[in-house]
Amino acid sequence: MSAVMITRKVRKWEKLPGKNTFCCDGRVMMARQKGVFYLTLFLIVGTCSLFFAFECPYLAIHLSPAIPVFAALLFLFVMAMLLRTSFSDPGVLPRALPEEATFIEMEIEAANGNVPAGQRPPPRIRNVQINNQIVKLKYCYTCKIFRPPRASHCSICDNCVDRFDHHCPWVGNCVGKRNYRYFYLFTLSLSLLTIYIFTFDIVHVVMRSVDNGFLNTLKQTPGTVLEVLVCFFTLWSVVGLTGFHTYLISLNQTTNEDIKGSWSGKNRVQNPYSHKNIIKNCCEVLCGPAYPSVLDRRGLMQEDSPALSDAPPSSSSSSSVPQTTKTTAPLIPNEHTPDEAKPSIAAPPEKSPAPREEPAGAKVPPLASPETDAETSIAKDQTH
Amino acid sequence: MATEFHNLQELRHSASLVTKAFIQRDYSEGTVCRFQAKFPSELDNRIERTLLEETVKTLNGYYAEAEKVGGRSYLEGCLACATAYTVFFCMETRYEKVLRKISGFIQEQNEKIFAPRGLLLTDPIERGMRVLEISIFEDRASGSSSPSSSTSSAGGAR
Repeated sequence: MSAVMITRKVRKWEKLPGKNTFCCDGRVMMARQKGVFYLTLFLIVGTCSLFFAFECPYLAIHLSPAIPVFAALLFLFVMAMLLRTSFSDPGVLPRALPEEATFIEMEIEAANGNVPAGQRPPPRIRNVQINNQIVKLKYCYTCKIFRPPRASHCSICDNCVDRFDHHCPWVGNCVGKRNYRYFYLFTLSLSLLTIYIFTFDIVHVVMRSVDNGFLNTLKQTPGTVLEVLVCFFTLWSVVGLTGFHTYLISLNQTTNEDIKGSWSGKNRVQNPYSHKNIIKNCCEVLCGPAYPSVLDRRGLMQEDSPALSDAPPSSSSSSSVPQTTKTTAPLIPNEHTPDEAKPSIAAPPEKSPAPREEPAGAKVPPLASPETDAETSIAKDQTH
Repeated sequence: MATEFHNLQELRHSASLVTKAFIQRDYSEGTVCRFQAKFPSELDNRIERTLLEETVKTLNGYYAEAEKVGGRSYLEGCLACATAYTVFFCMETRYEKVLRKISGFIQEQNEKIFAPRGLLLTDPIERGMRVLEISIFEDRASGSSSPSSSTSSAGGAR
């Protein structure tokens, strides 16, 4: 390893595992494939532009100027909700750090007891009782955690997401705990906008046809034809989707649970999260607290900086203790697979400032797995 | 086992990390953030049970306050919706306010209770709100602690 220390400030988002893309220095978080999202943007902005260009001048004069004003407000709301859904952290759960992963492994081994050689160990499941219902928590081999209830691993983004609903390519992001309400409001307002534009397109064509005839009207405002086409096909899908999500919200269920049939009612299985009251369920989902992101994207990593001072600005000072350098370092870029992750677990304890850490490196973690062998870890460190 | 008295500064500079104890989430009341009252065995002779239980109970109280679905959260939700959530660019959400309080509380607990016992509590938000991590340190400066630290690490590996 070279003696020159490069002290470029690295933000934590640059080292986050998972297949997300980040923009604006970590403020924006999206999935990797954004093509369909651009299509959504294009359709919405394009159709509304046509509406403002062709319909609004006529309707503002002949009916009311409130029509374009309301359309503009609705359009802005739709865009705000879309961007909020697409750009925010859906509720990604950070992966377990090495010590936590090792601790969980130890607990699993203790619970399983001695597995006879040649036999497959039992599946890693933890049972919890929620509202008199047994809920099974599954172990995630990628994130090395037992997933909290309602969390699920998104294979497209390669993250565990809390209250995972689904991965929506139209918004280019997962829909989870943090952005579900924005997603719902997006579909709802988009339905309203589509219905609004469709209705006023028809009104406009009818009003003009009375004066000029139907075919002439279409020739004068070709944009209308496009708008009607787009709105017609959008209506069915978006209004249907809004209806479906309204149903889910009233039952306090996620799309994921609905698809898997988790609470489908057989074997006396009931949704333990539902308050059994539609109003309460809606209020919880839509008016509940705004959950913070637990992914510290814009915090500074303690890379190459002499140990102790300079706590990352966004984390509390009580954690600026030496082990922060060890524990933030394991967020190795792009080493998702469990096999690749194993050697990287060994590297971090040695990666922190050399002089103090050597004896500590040998001690950490005492709940040792084979990979924390000192020689392997030093060798790994040299390759970094 | 002798308890070495440290302050937070000493802990950072001279102590070495032995192991970490984890207090897991308690999901018995649903998905609200709550930590188990179970006392980790690694801390048996490091801290009094009641002290840790008090800390966890207070933390649970803070999280319950943050996640309460009631009048205040409805108002916040409706106001935010009416402004297309742009109000969150200028205003801090209730949850964030409570998180700051929690961070201050943990700092205070570390200074007063945990650091003198060679322990350090990590804010759960830095672990994805999944666990309450308690780091257990041993003072490297005092040589007599080395045999006991190896027994404590053997104990930790139990």
